[in-house]
Amino acid sequence: MTNRTVVIPGEVIVTGEKFLPGENTERKGKDVVAMRYGLSEESNGLVKVIPLSGVYQPRKGNVVIGKVENITFSGWVVDIDVTENAFLSLSEVPRYVNKNSMSEVLDMGDMVIAKITEANKKSIDLTIKGRGFGKIEEGMIVKINSNKVPRVIGKEGSMINLIKEETKCEITVGQNGFVWIFGEKIENELLAKKAIIFITEKSYIDGLTDEVKKWFEKEKK
Amino acid sequence: MITSNITGNRIKEYLKLGKRFDGRNLDDFREISIEKGISKNAEGSARVKIGETDVIVGVKMDVSEPYPDSLDKGNLMVTSELLPLSSDRFEAGPPKIESIELARVIDRCIRESKFIELEKLCIEKGEKVWTVFIDIYSINADGNLLDAAGIGALVALKDAKIPKYDKKEGKVLYGEHSNERIPLKKENPLTITIHKIGESLIVDPTREEEDVSETRITIGSHKGVISSMQKGNSKEISEEDMHRVLEMMEDVWKKLFLKIEKFL
Amino acid sequence: MTKEKDTGFKRTDGRKFNQIREMKAKVGVVPNADGSALFSFGDTVAIAAVYGPKKMHPQHMQNPEKGTLRYTYNMLSFSVTERIKPGPSRRSQEISKISEWAIEPVLMIDNFPNAVIDVHVNILQANASTRCAGINAAALALAHAGIPMKNIVSSVSIGKLDKQLVVDVSKHEEDWEEGEGATDIPITFTPNGDITHIQLDGKIETKQLKEAIKLAREACKEIYELQKKTLKESIKINEKK
Repeated sequence: MTNRTVVIPGEVIVTGEKFLPGENTERKGKDVVAMRYGLSEESNGLVKVIPLSGVYQPRKGNVVIGKVENITFSGWVVDIDVTENAFLSLSEVPRYVNKNSMSEVLDMGDMVIAKITEANKKSIDLTIKGRGFGKIEEGMIVKINSNKVPRVIGKEGSMINLIKEETKCEITVGQNGFVWIFGEKIENELLAKKAIIFITEKSYIDGLTDEVKKWFEKEKK
Repeated sequence: MITSNITGNRIKEYLKLGKRFDGRNLDDFREISIEKGISKNAEGSARVKIGETDVIVGVKMDVSEPYPDSLDKGNLMVTSELLPLSSDRFEAGPPKIESIELARVIDRCIRESKFIELEKLCIEKGEKVWTVFIDIYSINADGNLLDAAGIGALVALKDAKIPKYDKKEGKVLYGEHSNERIPLKKENPLTITIHKIGESLIVDPTREEEDVSETRITIGSHKGVISSMQKGNSKEISEEDMHRVLEMMEDVWKKLFLKIEKFL
Repeated sequence: MTKEKDTGFKRTDGRKFNQIREMKAKVGVVPNADGSALFSFGDTVAIAAVYGPKKMHPQHMQNPEKGTLRYTYNMLSFSVTERIKPGPSRRSQEISKISEWAIEPVLMIDNFPNAVIDVHVNILQANASTRCAGINAAALALAHAGIPMKNIVSSVSIGKLDKQLVVDVSKHEEDWEEGEGATDIPITFTPNGDITHIQLDGKIETKQLKEAIKLAREACKEIYELQKKTLKESIKINEKK
């Protein structure tokens, strides 16, 4: 894999027919050209650009955190900070809900952790069936750019687990950039928040896990 | 998106312990940075950053007829625009109430304290007087735009030089400064806003904190002499808490003044 | 190479005929925005902030086929010598629209139906060429915001002072009165040499206009290099040890 370099829209990343244009790139003649600002990465001939900014693209299976915007007769309209609102149907709640007491389950303004069951240009459907989903009762919500989420989670969760251990907090990272932090003490939650923001500011460097370990040592002194 | 109830509750809980998310005391301002003369075509200008809140204030002057009820006094006009550039919460279009209130509150503080000696801005009684325009723009909105604007207005006024005026032609010669400053009083009327959240009184809220503010009192004053006051937001405040606000205001004023003195 | 020779024409600020004023560019100047940038030509300073893609309001303006670019150009009241009354003017509305058209050809927003991308450009200080500075800032801000684009665009003004072509017009030159007076030609180019915006007011023969366009192309290459550098340097990657 080649070293990552910063590329800008329209810039030629590599030239050659053997290269395949992956995410956020396109082929122009023999060139593979960047379509977005970010870090270019080439691996086994597949060239892509890892963006560091830009809006979240909802995908089936993603865990997201959103805010209830509206209650209709058949479910809840949830704002997940993208162009289209998401929808949580009554049938996707893991217990019986009386149509007259929908706001007792989820009220306007409530924050909810959900999973995307379907995402296309017309609609985004959610479910809260399953462990770890549902209304958020208390804690802290931090918003980061969705493109930084992979770094906050880390390879196989290594980064987020490090933060959980160091701060003794429960943390759920929504793929749409909303992070829920819940700890015994507000200080712990604030430390986790600070760590997450630190990671988003340094998301493009190598050896980030070590940097974060060192950072925790400093912070805890 | 507005700060969630979840985070809002945490802010309130933490305040009950006398603490804030960024580690500040309840009566501390964030880091303040002030730049003078940042816009060359303005008669005077200033850029004020309080934390991530960023505000630009410019002073322009023009000659016109005086108002009929003040034939020998110059005029003051304060406007403000909460630029859509500065926040996803501000839309393009005619000024909304937040913008109007901000301008009028800053106006009152400067006008009522008689900070600008408007009588000295008369060129010819009944015919020609100077008008001082103070225009406030938000560049990044992270809470407490009002206090930032107030500081900016003071600094911009002090930075301003009066343009030359050709009496014969009746024209203002912009770009040619007279080296004369706007006649200002020694006193510095600072606007400071105190917010009540639960039982706690805080100063200089971030946007997150502002979202959970229940009521706010803005006071324009100089060393304990108050020239303007405004209560905003819809929760009531007890007389006792009002006294707490007034006491807190005096201390906060002194601390803030020390921080920004060298720019005034 | 252009046919325009360096006749030794002395501009009032000492510049050569094809010399651009000192440019400054920076991204990330508005933390709240999804992308933002500052761009200046000498004393002309523009900042741009991008919000989006996001839901478009009012709903009836939504385009179900693709995203919408909405560009707003606005000058601060004290950015010029004679105060501008706050609020949109016919001039600022026109500049907003042509700036939108200057950028739209390079945006790839088919994948954002019903969404709007808001670009807000404010001129903090004006010494002519404000719309060009605005477009340069906007292009940077859009890239910074991660909007998919075919390319960045670069914009510059070419002037004709009496019979002499100059690059990057200042206010003094905009007001040129000697001889044939001033002709002002703001132009925006893609790096591939396509023109996305061109305007003209004044008096110029076709032949010299072609020269002016060539001069603009050269100048825009220089501006593009600064825009590219600014975006690249705002992310500092540690080299692998």
